[in-house]
Amino acid sequence: MTTTSEHVQEAATPSRRGANRLVVLISRVRELGLLVVLLLIVIVVGVLVPQFLTVSNMVQILLSISILAIVAIGETLVILTRNVDLSVGSIVGFAAFVAANLFKQQPGTSLLFGILLGCALGLVLGVINGLIVTWGRVPSIVATLGTLYAYRGLDFIYAGGNQVSASDVPDSFLSLATAPLLGVPLLIWFAALLAIIFGYWLHASRTGRQLYAIGSNPDAAHLIGIRSNLLVFITFAISGLLCGFAGVLWGARFATVDATAATGLELQVIAAVVVGGVNIFGGSGEILGAILGVLVLGTIDNSLSFLRVSQFWLQAIDGAAILVAVALDAFITRWVQRLLITGRKR
Amino acid sequence: MVKPPDPVIELAGIARSFGAVQALRGVDLTLYSGEVHALVGENGAGKSTLVKILAGIHRPDAGIIKIDGQEVELHNPVQSRQAGIAVIHQEPTLFPDLNVAENVFMGRHPRDRFGRVDWKRMYQEVERLFASLDVRLNVYTPVQGLSVADQQLVEIAKALSLNSRVLIMDEPTAALSAHEVQQLFAIARQLRERGVAILFVSHRLEEIFELADRVTVLRDGMRVATAPVAELTTQQIIRQMVGRELEMLYPKSEVEAGEVVLDVRGLTRKGVFEDISFQVRRGEIVGFAGLVGAGRTEVARVIFGIDRADAGEIRINGKQVQISSPKTAMKQGIAYVPEDRHQHGLIMDFSIVRNMTLPILRQTSMLGLVDQRREREVARNYSARLQVRSSGIDQLVRALSGGNQQKVVLAKWLITNPSVLILDEPTRGIDVGSKAEVHRIISTLARDGLAIILISSDLPEVLAMADRVLVMHEGRITAEFTHADVDQEKVMFAATGQTNDHYQ
Repeated sequence: MTTTSEHVQEAATPSRRGANRLVVLISRVRELGLLVVLLLIVIVVGVLVPQFLTVSNMVQILLSISILAIVAIGETLVILTRNVDLSVGSIVGFAAFVAANLFKQQPGTSLLFGILLGCALGLVLGVINGLIVTWGRVPSIVATLGTLYAYRGLDFIYAGGNQVSASDVPDSFLSLATAPLLGVPLLIWFAALLAIIFGYWLHASRTGRQLYAIGSNPDAAHLIGIRSNLLVFITFAISGLLCGFAGVLWGARFATVDATAATGLELQVIAAVVVGGVNIFGGSGEILGAILGVLVLGTIDNSLSFLRVSQFWLQAIDGAAILVAVALDAFITRWVQRLLITGRKR
Repeated sequence: MVKPPDPVIELAGIARSFGAVQALRGVDLTLYSGEVHALVGENGAGKSTLVKILAGIHRPDAGIIKIDGQEVELHNPVQSRQAGIAVIHQEPTLFPDLNVAENVFMGRHPRDRFGRVDWKRMYQEVERLFASLDVRLNVYTPVQGLSVADQQLVEIAKALSLNSRVLIMDEPTAALSAHEVQQLFAIARQLRERGVAILFVSHRLEEIFELADRVTVLRDGMRVATAPVAELTTQQIIRQMVGRELEMLYPKSEVEAGEVVLDVRGLTRKGVFEDISFQVRRGEIVGFAGLVGAGRTEVARVIFGIDRADAGEIRINGKQVQISSPKTAMKQGIAYVPEDRHQHGLIMDFSIVRNMTLPILRQTSMLGLVDQRREREVARNYSARLQVRSSGIDQLVRALSGGNQQKVVLAKWLITNPSVLILDEPTRGIDVGSKAEVHRIISTLARDGLAIILISSDLPEVLAMADRVLVMHEGRITAEFTHADVDQEKVMFAATGQTNDHYQ
């Protein structure tokens, strides 16, 4: 994402370079702030508990957030357009069971087929969400609340009370998550790769920019001929697809899967996205921010267990993090606006 | 100005109706390249509808649109844009979260050979556009930080980047300071020199004489005149704008005005209105005329305690009062029926009875529980008095006609038993029959001894109903007329800020 600021400096006349830099810097402040928070946590906990600052624990943290991160990418796209996808947990859970069960029933199935099956299932469920929201004109919060339960119900019907456990599936399936590549588990590579691809796409494609336009001012987007319905539909489809993929990885990582897998994931994801500075009312935010949001919450969770803080505190602290993030966001927005208005008087 | 022979845009016989309301009845309009063409008319004359047809937002019921002599259909905003028409709406339609440059190029970002957005080229392009307009604007600033004037510049840059040949500005100066207006005019003149045809919609006649080459006057959805500005006087334009017959829908009863109830002295709210002084007596209807944005509603909001005054005093029955909130205003016997009954006056999904009794919940309830029998009795009583036509007092307000909705709003405030009633555009958007009924109710209320302030942009209504007419222009009272010596032209002169020397 550094490309923007480089352009800024090149394109600006010297006299205005300072002001431009400030604006760009401020627009990046949300991500910067998160990075600072993240470093603070790591340093403080690292000083208190030396075992925290080890390579294996860092890998552990990344491993624990990777699936969340993949889902958060799709959720960010949806939220940018002033919508929300509440059904992500159910899609992940459903895909996880379908994939794990496939390898339990037919251990010889190729890994690629399993992945494609999970992705296809997610895509179909995402497409249904998209159709209800755009074609059916149901507000996304209601539509996906409905499918949250509906998809989970389908999962229960399909699973019929059965469970898949690690001993039921071939090791090749499990290795999908944990096999190391250059010393880093595959799962982390998947998440990083997807974040880079979608982060870049959002920044460098017309379609990506139009998602911001839709969320920022839907009426104006319509006036200049942006096909909002189509694009919103696509974001729901992408969100479903990513959830399907994340579901396969869920099965591979936890191995023990029943119909309740990934229940409540949607709230974790939305929390992380909001903490990451993505405006819940659409129009602003970055994939990078959402990933940092996931990372901050994941690191907090991990730290608390090192600090031997009771798990009961976990949710309260997550909640506090959300409130602080949102308050900070509002504060920064107002501050930037004041700055820009006073800076404008010439 | 030498007219090029071929017009850029020709409209012929454009008609459009909304339900029973005929907004445009066969309007012709021709725009030449390199001219500023002013479009004027009273509120509701059809200006905005015409603009929206050119913008592709509304489709005409009848009529032909020709661009460069070729007949075209503008089904949607995109087609209109492709036809070379750019519109600057009253409220800029921009993306607040995105920066200036992206707003100019949204949906059309320059791309490199890999199809990626070419940010560098985009910023350079937009800076070049602003430089060509001699405007300094930071292209990296998010639009939400910009003033309305700067947002209009972004819209103009967008029009230029599209090579638009027709630029429509719908009351662009309404929210601008005098200095900003001059900047905008400088740019408009520059565009005219480049051969852009500009359609300039404005209420302010002095601006038209300053900027426009020709002017078209609309009245009641029809074109009544098109002429070079140089051949017209202010007086002639105003006559064209208002020249209609007074209809007999104003049953005004003669009431002997009593003692002064409301006495406003030197009321000022900085930047909004200044030094407003007037009195209203028992049984008197005082009309407030003026153009939209003249500050009439703002004065009412201060009297009702929604906004605070910076200076001045308000006396009720001779006693000075401090009105700090609508609640204290109601305690002093002031009722305010706002302009937008959908937004401020009514709760659409409540029944008639629940809407009417909202302001008196305290009186109709005991220990926090509402006495429903009492509530219903009051509501039935007022429904009958104001002749609200409904299937019963339990009908949802949403299902009522505009006129009947207005009666429910009136009832809601009358139930508070006020001594001063402020009516803001009480008949806007309701049909002629209901209009007459609302007028009859207003007359009756005056006879019953209420002091009434009638804010209305419907000139015939003010002239017929008011005992005295105060005219506001840009935050000041510029004239006062009695019922006997008022006429439309005098009011329009005062409302457009013309001094009396111009008149005659």
